[in-house]
Amino acid sequence: MDSNGSGRRRFLKHAAALAGVAAGAGVGAEWAARGQSAKSAEAKPEAQAKEAHDHRELSRRGARFSVDHITYYTPLQDYAGIITPASLHFVQYHASHFPDIDVQQHRLTIHGMVDRPLSFSMEDLLSFSMEDLKRLPSVTRIHFLECHANSSPQIHHAGNQNMGLPVQYVHGMTSCSEWTGVPLSVLLNEVGVQKEGTWLVSEGADPGKFSHTLPMAKAMEDVIVAYGQNGEPLRVEQGYPIRLLVPGWEAPFSVKYLRHIKVVDQPYHAWNEAMNHSVARPDIGGKARWYHFQFGPKSVITRPSAGLKIPGRGYVQITGLAWSGGGVVKKVDVSTDGGETWMEAKLQGPVVPRAHTRFTFDWAWDGNEAVLMSRCTDELGEVQPSRAELFKNWGFSEEESKKPQRSIHTNMMQPWKVARDGSITDAMFS
Amino acid sequence: MRCSLSLLAAAMILAAPAAGLAQSPKFNVGTPLSQEEIRSFDFMIGPEGKELPPGSGTAKEGAAVFAKRCEVCHGKNGESGVLRRLVLGSPGKPYRGPFRAAEKDSVAYYPYATIAWDYINRAMPVPKPGSLTHDEVYAVVAFLLYRNGIIQETDVMDAKSLPKVEMPNRNGFVPAVPVYPPESKPSWW
Repeated sequence: MDSNGSGRRRFLKHAAALAGVAAGAGVGAEWAARGQSAKSAEAKPEAQAKEAHDHRELSRRGARFSVDHITYYTPLQDYAGIITPASLHFVQYHASHFPDIDVQQHRLTIHGMVDRPLSFSMEDLLSFSMEDLKRLPSVTRIHFLECHANSSPQIHHAGNQNMGLPVQYVHGMTSCSEWTGVPLSVLLNEVGVQKEGTWLVSEGADPGKFSHTLPMAKAMEDVIVAYGQNGEPLRVEQGYPIRLLVPGWEAPFSVKYLRHIKVVDQPYHAWNEAMNHSVARPDIGGKARWYHFQFGPKSVITRPSAGLKIPGRGYVQITGLAWSGGGVVKKVDVSTDGGETWMEAKLQGPVVPRAHTRFTFDWAWDGNEAVLMSRCTDELGEVQPSRAELFKNWGFSEEESKKPQRSIHTNMMQPWKVARDGSITDAMFS
Repeated sequence: MRCSLSLLAAAMILAAPAAGLAQSPKFNVGTPLSQEEIRSFDFMIGPEGKELPPGSGTAKEGAAVFAKRCEVCHGKNGESGVLRRLVLGSPGKPYRGPFRAAEKDSVAYYPYATIAWDYINRAMPVPKPGSLTHDEVYAVVAFLLYRNGIIQETDVMDAKSLPKVEMPNRNGFVPAVPVYPPESKPSWW
């Protein structure tokens, strides 16, 4: 634990230094690459931007810093299988620096409408020594986490200067890990939830004390108080020492640096959920939806994708990821003609609920222009919509659906256009 | 003992979903929390403002705090922020929509005034969250509500008055009260 803790602190200092540079550079978001040396971190924003956009740098997690956000994007185009290495997991962080938490001092409290308000030390929750391993029952499950703003039309709209970004920056705020922790239901049973306790609100120990409401029914179903990710303790930017992991739901529910859980009798409308993350929609008279919960069926072709180039006609393996908050991915179809015709892709195991699922499709490219798309169907029978279908459901006209609006919770199909020379561009708005 | 605990753990995993809100503790871990301890950290403020602490502030007091601590990001009087523009409308003339994108940054968008207290207290100002006193938070909230045309300049905001402030966009959300599971199909729309 000690050596791990110091490693976490080293990373923390590094991240804080980078964040400081970006904040000093001004309010506008600067693009940079994680893992660069302190010297290159001092480079001008233009140089950082150039480096970050160079997606040929493999295994780099692109980053974007602003005064009150730290964002990392998973390089979806570069990895195989379904597990995202922890070092490449996306981050969407709402404060200027990561906290340096002393695991010996950290406590999780559960209070509010409970019979026995309790404070849990990290030793109560977890220990990595064999003697105490079974102190509380743990579970290990594979789940995706996705930022509610992932794939936003705002980031890759035709009028946006960022148009043409690789899949990493358009869809790279989804990642998938093997998470280990204590079921939240076990802890809630220890404190004894009263019958009025129908919701809970949780709070992190980050500088901004990020808070979010969660329905009790979901809390008792499959939520994990996670301390492990892919076989190692959580990394600092993933909420070390503990975080909530709310499977299949928008990632802001999965509060990091978890410190307090309060059982309450109504939603608390924390700013991050009710204000920052709500969205006005014409189908409900221009009013806003309070909450989105689970993600719908979604998929994206990660190779070949924008910025990559097919070397020549002949065999091409099309591959990508599919996932759904509704459960298991049942089917993925692939189109090479912009959705005119569809063929079923192969699902590569393991296929587990609320997790990234890898699909592949064998294609013979004839050298002509093509538009590649994928379409996910989940176990509930829900089908991933096109951009036009999704926005129509929300009450937008076709014309309105092309505007660079601040959309969240989007799961529309992603078309990639292949030119005759094999180069690939984002065709979402063309 | 270790063996029986292990068996118990296995049984808990199987039983937890079906047991629902079972009442008796199974593992006897954790340390009891006193009400005093809970009060020391519980600043999660609900729509009814039950957790609001003692203290008070007015728009006039808030103007000074805002200029010193908030203006650098949110602009003079919160009207020209480089990060978020917090004020729409003007004293006596509240903004009533539409709230599409940037308009959602304004306090005018909030359905409950308590949200402003909770968020400013927990997360602002960004470089040093938690550095405002409770009186200063009440004052800044009063200032923003006044500049948004929602309260009078002389109104005193405290634990009793703040939850009673009628927000112009109170009915701007669907459904009127959030429900789970959601009422619409499919649930992810």
